[in-house]
Amino acid sequence: MFTPHTETEVAEMLQVIGLSRLEDLFKLVPESCRYPKLDLPQGLTEMETRLELQFLSESNETAHDQACFLGAGAYNHYSPAAVDAIIRRGEFLTAYTPYQPEISQGTLQAIFEYQSLIALLTGMEVCNASHYDGATAIAEAAVMAYHTFRGKRSKIVISPALHPQYRETIKTYLQGYAGLSIVGDESDVDLHQHPSEMKSLIDDDTSLVIVQYPDFFGRVFELKEIIEATHAVGALIAVSVNPLSLGLLSPPGEMGADIVTGEGQSLGLPLSFGGPYLGIFATKKEYIHKVAGRLVGETVDKDGKRAYVLTLTAREQHIRRERATSNICTNQGLMALASTVYLSLLGRSGLKQVASLSYHKAHFAFDRISRISGYEVWSTAPFFNEFVIKCPKPVEDINFHLMDHGIIGGYDLGKTYPALEGHMLLACTEMTTRQEIDGLVNILTEVTHA
Amino acid sequence: MREPTIFELSSNGRTGVIFPEADVPLAELPEKMLRRDLPLPEISEIDVVRHFTHLSHLNYSIDENIYPLGSCTMKYNPRINEETARMPGFIFSHPMQAIETVQGNLVLMYQLQEWLKAISGFHAITLQPAAGAHGEFTGVLIIRAYHRDRNDLKRTKILIPDSAHGTNPASSSMIGMEVLTVPSDARGNVDLAALKKSCDETTAGLMLTNPNTLGLFDENIQQVIDIVHQAGGLVYGDGANLNALMGIIRPADMGIDLMHFNLHKTFSTPHGGGGPGSGPVGVSEALVDFLPEPVVGVIEEAEEDLPPLYGFIKPAKTIGRMKSFQGHFGVLVRAFTYIMMHGAAGLRNASEMAVLNANYLLARLRNTYKVPYDRICMHEFVAEGRWPDAEGIHALDIAKRLIDYNLHPPTNYFPLIVPEALMIEPTETESKQSLDAFVDIMIKIAGEAHSSPELLKNAPHHAPVKRLDEVKAARDLTLCCGRTE
Repeated sequence: MFTPHTETEVAEMLQVIGLSRLEDLFKLVPESCRYPKLDLPQGLTEMETRLELQFLSESNETAHDQACFLGAGAYNHYSPAAVDAIIRRGEFLTAYTPYQPEISQGTLQAIFEYQSLIALLTGMEVCNASHYDGATAIAEAAVMAYHTFRGKRSKIVISPALHPQYRETIKTYLQGYAGLSIVGDESDVDLHQHPSEMKSLIDDDTSLVIVQYPDFFGRVFELKEIIEATHAVGALIAVSVNPLSLGLLSPPGEMGADIVTGEGQSLGLPLSFGGPYLGIFATKKEYIHKVAGRLVGETVDKDGKRAYVLTLTAREQHIRRERATSNICTNQGLMALASTVYLSLLGRSGLKQVASLSYHKAHFAFDRISRISGYEVWSTAPFFNEFVIKCPKPVEDINFHLMDHGIIGGYDLGKTYPALEGHMLLACTEMTTRQEIDGLVNILTEVTHA
Repeated sequence: MREPTIFELSSNGRTGVIFPEADVPLAELPEKMLRRDLPLPEISEIDVVRHFTHLSHLNYSIDENIYPLGSCTMKYNPRINEETARMPGFIFSHPMQAIETVQGNLVLMYQLQEWLKAISGFHAITLQPAAGAHGEFTGVLIIRAYHRDRNDLKRTKILIPDSAHGTNPASSSMIGMEVLTVPSDARGNVDLAALKKSCDETTAGLMLTNPNTLGLFDENIQQVIDIVHQAGGLVYGDGANLNALMGIIRPADMGIDLMHFNLHKTFSTPHGGGGPGSGPVGVSEALVDFLPEPVVGVIEEAEEDLPPLYGFIKPAKTIGRMKSFQGHFGVLVRAFTYIMMHGAAGLRNASEMAVLNANYLLARLRNTYKVPYDRICMHEFVAEGRWPDAEGIHALDIAKRLIDYNLHPPTNYFPLIVPEALMIEPTETESKQSLDAFVDIMIKIAGEAHSSPELLKNAPHHAPVKRLDEVKAARDLTLCCGRTE
C-alpha cells in the first residue's frame, strides 16, 4: 500500500547491504523486548477505514446541521471554498519548513504575505510566522516580556476577562520562573471592572500587562488609559484579540499596544474540535530580536531577483539551543496560509462585512433575549459578537433543552467563573440566521415555563 | 518571472467573495471604537487562486519526489487522511460542546490514546501538545513536577547528549532547568563514563533520542538508562525517531519514563510547510497524575444497552494546560486513520522498510561519501559532505546542487558533532527506483565536486531563484509589505 518494495526488491537490497534477513538490521535492539506484540486491531483497507471514520463523524451533533451559539474563543464562520482548495495542494501540504529557500519560495512568500496582512490588521509593525494558538501566543508574550527585562521585573498583571484557558496556559508556561508573580485574575476580582481599573496593580516591578479585546465576555473597552498607565512605568502591554473583529474595530496597534496576539481560527479555519488553529503574534519593530518563532524576510538572490528567506534565525532553538528563550520549531504554517488566502479573498470590504454581520446579528439576538422575562443583561458595555445573559435556570439545563431542539447553546460561565453561576455566553457570526435566533428565543422563553 | 505580492495584485473595488445582506435590523455601531480604514488587498477569486497556485509551483514537496530530510520523516501523506479529517461531524464540532454531543470525537481520541499506548508501552497519553517541541516542554514540566511532588527540590539539571535536537536544551531552559551536555563516544553512543560523572543528586533527567540523530541505536541503551535511574533521574525519550521502532521495540520497555510522539513524522500527517504538527506525550505509571489537562477518559462505564460515556478528565497533580482546548484534533484524526489502516503488522513493516531503505542508501553511498560512524543504521544516517581532495566544497554546495537535479537535499549541518553533515532519511515510502535515482545523482555530484566544483558552488542553476543574500535579509529586515498608511 504505502511501502512499495516487492519481495524480490527487498532481497536485492539486503544483498547490497550484505545481510540475509531483515531481522539482521535490528540486532542491537535488546532481545528481551524485541518484536513486541502490539495490541492493535488488524489493519484495514482505505475503503473500510473511511466507513469507520464516517461512523464516528456522524455520531457527533455539530454546527454542520445545528444552530450554533457557542463561541468562547472558537467561532463558526464561513470559509470560502478556495481557502481549502489552496491548502490541499500537495505543493503546500506536503512541503517541510522552508529551510531550503531556493525550492520553498511558495511557502516563504505566503508567510511573508501572512506577516504583512496580520501586521496591517493588528496595526503593528511586524508579525512572526505563527504560534500554535491564541493561548500559546499570549504565553510566549509573557515569556518575551520577562526576558525583555532580563527577569528583573517579577510581576505580570492579567485581566480576569482574558480567556480562562489562556490564563491557565500562561501559568503553565511560567511555572519554572522562580519569583515571578501573576496577579489580577483572582476569583474575587470584580468582573465588571473596566481595564483601566487594573492600573492600581501596575508598578515598576511589572513587566507585562495582558488584556483581551474584545474580552472573553465579548465586551469592547477603550484601552488607551491602561496602555498609557502601563507605559508610564516602563512596562509592556499585550492585547489578545479576535482578529476578525478588527475588520470593524480600531486595532490595538493604533492605541499603542506593544504586542498583539490572537486566535486566528476566526480567519477561515474550521472549528475542528479545537485545532489545529493559528497563534498570531505581532509587535513593534524594536522588539523584533526578542520575538520567538520564525520570521520571513525579503531579500534578493544572486541575480538581484526579489526573494524570501527565513531570517534572524540566530534567535531560534536550533542555533541558540539552551540559550534560546523559546523552543518553538514546527508552528502552524498551513493554517497561516489558510488565513492568508482568507484575508486575500475577503479583502478590504469582505472582512468589514463579515465583522459587521457578526456584530449586527449578535446585537439583534442580545436585544431579543434581554426582553424575555427571566433573562437579564449582565453588562451594558459595548460588545462585538458575543454577550453574557443571566439565565433563570442552570445553564446546563437550558443547554440540554436547546440540544433537544437542534441548537448548540452558549458557554456556561459558571464552570470557570464561580461568580457567574447561571450566566451564559452567547456568540453569533455571519452564519447565524434570523430564523435561528427566533428559534433560540422561542426555546429560551419556553424553558422559563418548563 | 517573479510572482507579485498579494498587495501588488490589488485593484480598488474588487473582492473575492461577497456575503448575504443582513437579515436582521442594523444595530448602532460604537463610532469611537471603529477603525478608520483597513487597506487589505482587493482581488477577485480567480486572481487569488492563481496567485497561490503560482506560489505553489515554486515549492518542492513530497508529492513531487523523494524528500530525504534527516530527522523529519518526510514519508508519503496518504490522501485518505485529508478526507477523514474533513468529515463534517469532525470539522464542524465546536471544542466547547457538551460531551454528550461529541462522543464520536471522544471515542476517536480515547482510542488513539490506547493505540499510542500499545505502540509505545506507556501507561497513559496526553494528546494535547501541539508539536514535538511542545511535547518536550510538557515532558520536562512533568519531570519537574514529579521531583517537586516528592519534595526533591534540588533536581534542577537536565542532561542532554551533544547529538540532540536543539529543541531539547531549549525546552529544558524554558522551565528554568540547567542544561548539561553529555558527549558522544567514538562509536556514536552516549559516553558512559561522562554520563556517570554528570549524574548526581541534582539530576532531574536525561533527554535521550534513540535511535540518536546519527541514526544509530545506542549500543549501551540499557546501561545509559540504568545510570540515570540509579541517580534518581528520569529518562525522557525524544520520539522524533520513532519511525525506526514501531513493532520493533516499545520505548517504555527499554525503561524510558516518558516520551513525545511526532504525529506529523511517524504517523504520516502532512508537514504543511511548517505545521501544524502534533506532539502527544506518553508516560509511565508513576507520572500519570502529572499529565496536562484534559485527558480523555471514561466518565460513565458502559451499561447493558449503553456504550460508555467518554469525557475529559483532569489528572490529580496536573502540570496544567499546555494550550487552549484539547489538542490538534484535525491532526489526531489523520494519525488515527493511518494507524487504523496499518494495524500492528503494517506499522512493523513501515519501520522495517524505513530501516532497510536507510541501510540501502548507506551501503550504496559509503564508498563515495565518508560516513564517520559507519555501522548498521536505523531509519537514517549521517555522511560528511566534504572530501580532502575537493577543496572548498561544503555540504551546502552538495545540497544546492541536488536541487538542480530536482531532488530535495538532506538535512545539512546537523547533528553538530559531524563536520559538514548530510543527514539522510529516505523513509519507507520510497521505492527502490526512487532510492537508486537519488544515489546515482549523489554519486554524480561527488564526481562534479572533483571535476567541476564551480557547478556546485554556484548551484542551484535551475531553481526558481538562485542562492539568496541572507545577510541583506537580516540587515534590511523587511518583514512586511503593503502598508499604505
